[in-house]
Amino acid sequence: MSASVTGAKFSGGRHGIRKSRWLPIYVTVYLGFLYLPILLLPLFSFNNAASTTFPLAGFTTKWYAALWGNSAMLDAARNSLFVGVCVSILSTGLAICAARAITRYPFRGQRAATGLIMAPLFLPEIIVAVSLLMIVLQIGLELSLATVIFGQTVFCLPYAMSVLISGFEGFDQSLEEASMDLGETALGTFRRVTLPVVAPAIVSSLLVSFTISLDEFILAFFLSGTEPTLPVYIWGQLRFAAKLPSVLALGSLMLVLSILLITIAEVLRHRAERRIQGSSFNG
Amino acid sequence: MVAVSTMAEGPSKSAPRAGRRWIDSDEATGLTLISPTLLYALALLFLPVLIVIAYSFWTQDYLTIDRTFTLENYRVALTEPIYRDLLARSLIIALVVSVVTVVFSYPVAWFISFHGGVHKNLWLFLITVPCWTSYLLRVMSWKVVLGYQGVLNTGLMSTGIIDTPVTSLLYNSNAVVITLVHSWAAFAILPIFVSLEKIDRSLIEAAHDLGDNKIMSFLRVTLPLSLPGVISAFLIVMIPTVGDYVTPKLVGGKDGVMIATAIQAQFGKGANWPLGAALSVTTMVIVSAMAGLVVLALKLFVRWIR
Repeated sequence: MSASVTGAKFSGGRHGIRKSRWLPIYVTVYLGFLYLPILLLPLFSFNNAASTTFPLAGFTTKWYAALWGNSAMLDAARNSLFVGVCVSILSTGLAICAARAITRYPFRGQRAATGLIMAPLFLPEIIVAVSLLMIVLQIGLELSLATVIFGQTVFCLPYAMSVLISGFEGFDQSLEEASMDLGETALGTFRRVTLPVVAPAIVSSLLVSFTISLDEFILAFFLSGTEPTLPVYIWGQLRFAAKLPSVLALGSLMLVLSILLITIAEVLRHRAERRIQGSSFNG
Repeated sequence: MVAVSTMAEGPSKSAPRAGRRWIDSDEATGLTLISPTLLYALALLFLPVLIVIAYSFWTQDYLTIDRTFTLENYRVALTEPIYRDLLARSLIIALVVSVVTVVFSYPVAWFISFHGGVHKNLWLFLITVPCWTSYLLRVMSWKVVLGYQGVLNTGLMSTGIIDTPVTSLLYNSNAVVITLVHSWAAFAILPIFVSLEKIDRSLIEAAHDLGDNKIMSFLRVTLPLSLPGVISAFLIVMIPTVGDYVTPKLVGGKDGVMIATAIQAQFGKGANWPLGAALSVTTMVIVSAMAGLVVLALKLFVRWIR
């Protein structure tokens, strides 16, 4: 094969990885496919018509105005907020312990333990939901927001773990040891040395978990009793065609909130990465 | 949290160096630290799944559960035409969705990894943002796009390309596949991207220097080395997709119903938990076997092409 190598071939493929012309076009089309359907929701939420048809019928904000007087929706929003805050704190707390153990203290059976915690990523959500429903009813618990919180935490753990493991990895242990050697207590070391470095990753994990909880439907659908979260409320409204515009308005607000939270989480994650690199340079 | 982690670290640090027992070792600390999370996952993930498996061997006897061992639920799940058809359709849809998602996402992952330059993270972020929005809302937006009075139909009509709405867009398996591919795109791109990042670029240059053209060096160097990413992309799309509930309900119509609807019915109106459990277990076992076969096929394909 090397016999066929000619000068022309060398000059053509010297870098091996050339930029082709069609690939950027393909990526643009792909991004369009990802974004356009989602952007339709905000578009039609400002449309002065009850149906989602072209051409558009003029600009209005009345669907948004109507949301404020909708007490059922506001209750659902309050439930979602409560569930989201609890889930993000619980799953981030549990993920901090696990991520710290995995990145700092190697132990036997680590792969199995990690596999179990990460398993919801590789399971159909309905099976997680059904199995949780069975165990909740089996031990005689009432379905409530608490059952939603416990269920969604299982589902958020893998995401919180990935954020935190990448935040803890590369953290320079010698900084902690130095702090201990200089007479700081374990608690003081954690608070004054470890925490400042990993704080952005922790906040990032809180935001990611909150967003997942806010948008999660299946577990909330199976495990909530009489108090719906926002996605469960939306699901109930989808039966009525006349309710579509207000659902679009609510959905648009949720989209904006999710994107905002995730953007902040991403910025923080980067800051965390840079901080860890910085800390190991100095140490 | 602070309290928990320091409590766990405390003894290992302050213990005298002399009698270093196992309890002071890194391993003991690690186990102590991970135990809350692990217990949580055992109680709310592992135990529930065991209960589902146990139920699948029992029988619903009106309001009580008959706990004598039986395989009757599995016979029903595998031979009743309605469940057999739903299962087959779910598996086919999951396979098609995962193949389409991986094939269409690979070039994007490749583009970001090889041509993303300093903006790789920004590209990845752009790709993943839609994934973080509500799944329910994304499915709803496809209903808006594909509906009889939807965006595609009314848009095409107002531009004069078609005269009457196309009825075949919504409420069939194609609508389900399109919506699911859209939902899982980022989940396929990320693992492929990660494995592409790990490839030593000089290997690809070497392949070129030794006379391989672009396609050959891709098939013989890039693709085999990125296979782990392709495999995780397959698994992470295929397995959850088979049990999808929202998409078939909203855009699937009568011809797009999948197994999750039947499972849900057994826990709602149908109220036959053992059958619902058996359907869940059957779905998981078969989709895992199918995923295993796909992984095997991919590995053989790559070995053959090399």
